Amino acid sequence: MAMVQPRSVRYRLWLTHAALLGFIALIVFPLLMVVSISFREGNFATGSLFPESPTLEHWSLALGIPYVHDDGHVSNPPFPVLTWLWNSVKIALVSSALILMLSTTSAYAFARMRFAGKGPILKGMLIFQMFPPVLSLVAIYALFDQLGKHVGWLGVNTHGAVIVASLGGMALHIWTIKGYFESIDASLEEAAIVDGATTWQAFFHILLPMSVPILAVVFILAFITSITEYPIASVLLMDVDKLTLSVGAQQYLYDQNYLWGDFAAAAVLSGLPITLVFLYCQKWIVGGLTAGGVKG
Amino acid sequence: MPAANPPAELPTPVMSKTLSFPRMPTALRWGIWSLCNAFALYLVIALYAQGQTAFALFGLVVCAIASFVFVSRRAYAHRYIFPSVAGMLIFVIFPLLYTVGIGFTNFSGTNLLSFEQAQRYHLRQTYLAGERYGFSLHRDGDGQLRMRVDKGAQGVWVSAPLEGEPLEAEPLGMAPLAEAGDIGEALPLREVIKLRGGLEQWVMRSRQGELLRLFGLREVAAVQPLYRLQEDGSLLNSQTGERLTADHDIGYYVDGQGQRVSPGFTVYAGWSNFARVLTDPQIRSPFLQIFVWTVCFAALTVLFTLTVGLVLASLLQWEMVRGKAFYRVMLILPYAVPGFISILVFKGLFNQNFGEINLMLDALFGIRPDWFSNPTLARSMILVVNTWLGYPYMLLLCMGLLQAIPRDLYEASAMDGATPLDNLLKITLPLLIKPLAPLLIATFAFNFNNFVLITLLTRGGPDILGTTTPAGTTDLLVSYTYRIAFQDSGQNFALAAAIATLIFIVVGAMAWLNLKLSRVKV
Repeated sequence: MAMVQPRSVRYRLWLTHAALLGFIALIVFPLLMVVSISFREGNFATGSLFPESPTLEHWSLALGIPYVHDDGHVSNPPFPVLTWLWNSVKIALVSSALILMLSTTSAYAFARMRFAGKGPILKGMLIFQMFPPVLSLVAIYALFDQLGKHVGWLGVNTHGAVIVASLGGMALHIWTIKGYFESIDASLEEAAIVDGATTWQAFFHILLPMSVPILAVVFILAFITSITEYPIASVLLMDVDKLTLSVGAQQYLYDQNYLWGDFAAAAVLSGLPITLVFLYCQKWIVGGLTAGGVKG
Repeated sequence: MPAANPPAELPTPVMSKTLSFPRMPTALRWGIWSLCNAFALYLVIALYAQGQTAFALFGLVVCAIASFVFVSRRAYAHRYIFPSVAGMLIFVIFPLLYTVGIGFTNFSGTNLLSFEQAQRYHLRQTYLAGERYGFSLHRDGDGQLRMRVDKGAQGVWVSAPLEGEPLEAEPLGMAPLAEAGDIGEALPLREVIKLRGGLEQWVMRSRQGELLRLFGLREVAAVQPLYRLQEDGSLLNSQTGERLTADHDIGYYVDGQGQRVSPGFTVYAGWSNFARVLTDPQIRSPFLQIFVWTVCFAALTVLFTLTVGLVLASLLQWEMVRGKAFYRVMLILPYAVPGFISILVFKGLFNQNFGEINLMLDALFGIRPDWFSNPTLARSMILVVNTWLGYPYMLLLCMGLLQAIPRDLYEASAMDGATPLDNLLKITLPLLIKPLAPLLIATFAFNFNNFVLITLLTRGGPDILGTTTPAGTTDLLVSYTYRIAFQDSGQNFALAAAIATLIFIVVGAMAWLNLKLSRVKV
């Protein structure tokens, strides 16, 4: 508690609380609205935050179950949302596992070994990760088009291509893990090596078990990045059944076919788990985000 | 501890049996190594054979580095970093260079093919020069496809099996039905429709030397090749006697009158794409307008998110405020929701007719702003949405950095009777700006290229009128290049690549500045 305080401190404190709560209300409004809209009837219904006659129509469609209205008329699900969600999760799981494996081994070398080209490679990674993949989409498309002619599962319109393409974005994760490794004392590994372990064994049996928290953070970050990735997936995937959620979701809001209510249910259904995971892990994620990449 | 330090050239110590990951036998390791190399070489040669020299060469370089790294003892440390470095090489740096390369060609929807492919395309053209006959497609017990052609008075003929790739030089032979044996049932029309694309590539030669080719879905027709390759490389039209010559400056075959004959082919175009961006008024004016908006958008986003984030962080920093954990979670909520979902939610909420925002504005003030068709309103909407999306990151950064400012500075200023605003402007900001600078540049660079926001929210619209390229008033440079490459009917990949190259220069400058300011230690 500060020793010196201005007089009107109580008044200011209340004002602060009011301002924060007002701001939060403003910020959360769009999110609450979407939840509310997902329970409204039809796709053009308007009304208050709490729907007068809540319906599960949109939720049933989002879950892929045809909905029977009271008058016997049946609506079919407009898009395979669950398939999209599964595609997204599948791609995200595989690509973040790969990213985690590869960036951990790289980070180990960068943190513990001395070798030619270490500095330039690390700096180069920082520079090149700022170049957005959107700009080289033509080249990325051509690359996978060519690969696909010889390796079927890497071609255009395959999930393999999207997974492999995500391996370009490892730089930040390598920096994050490297920063963590450097904060761990190397003497244990050195002792193991003196006792006859190989470098790999020292890394795998000593350093890795101590780094589980940062590995979890990197995995979650990579997972979220992959789920929300849009440009590459939008160019590489074409079939409706193969789309990821981020590419498919926009189809709800075309001018010609405006499915606002259905979108709301699908958005809540797919967005909520990711949001909860993020909020649950926010303490560690925030540490990784701010402490990792760049050190001042 | 010089002896204990594990440098790269440390000799491999004796294996201990208690630890897992036993070393593979040498023979097995070399076996796997040669297998991988053989596969890689196959890919490289296959790519080269298809005329994809750039891909083949690049593949060769990556494979060569890989096999060196995994064999040489001196490159032991590089084995650990190779997969990730190769990932960046293949999926970031190579596409980047390839894009720059495309910027110097005329690669586009009309000039997609290589010269050889375009020449082959023309040589494959045929013209109708004789009778038409009905045909049916048959699949026998072994799954082999044959065409059965009913030539009326000349009898019924059956083609050789349709196997492998159709070759121009070697048409399929034909035999009388009696010699062919069992050819199986005729396939229904819907199967023929499905296979049509492949069937059209095949040419059959009857025993009289007549060439037959698919004509519609039920008939084959006697055809003649339209062009014949002359010794000087020109193509002679057998039907009209006209001569086509390849013009390697424009990437087209041209006829006697100088008319272009599609399809074109890809040729080196020098700086012409860059020159077009800078001199063609129909491209330059939207380009400049979009460039200015992109810079304003990125700068204003940084300003707004930083302001909101810093003010909130300062409020949360105050010890007397209770319930910080609650505030913190609620305030970073926008960051936790996946971006593509929140952007689409805003797209719906801002909808002019059904959106909740306009319903409220209508109820309160009786106005219904057209957020998506008025340029100024569309831009304001984008800034509002992006501030909503981006302030939590700034909040988190500022909260971290504010911890580092010594408390007693504020004590001292309170003694002097400073207001909170004085504290913010004279103590907090000057101390924050230095560690924040590189992060602000990174945020600027990110928003400079914030493709997802624009694409999902406005798709660049409302459009700028009177341009030859698809350009919108809310387009950023990235979404503009994306639209030129993928949305425009022209699919002008080369022009898009040229603009992308210009963006690379801007981004590269920012990345370099970022690196300098953050004084990264490696």
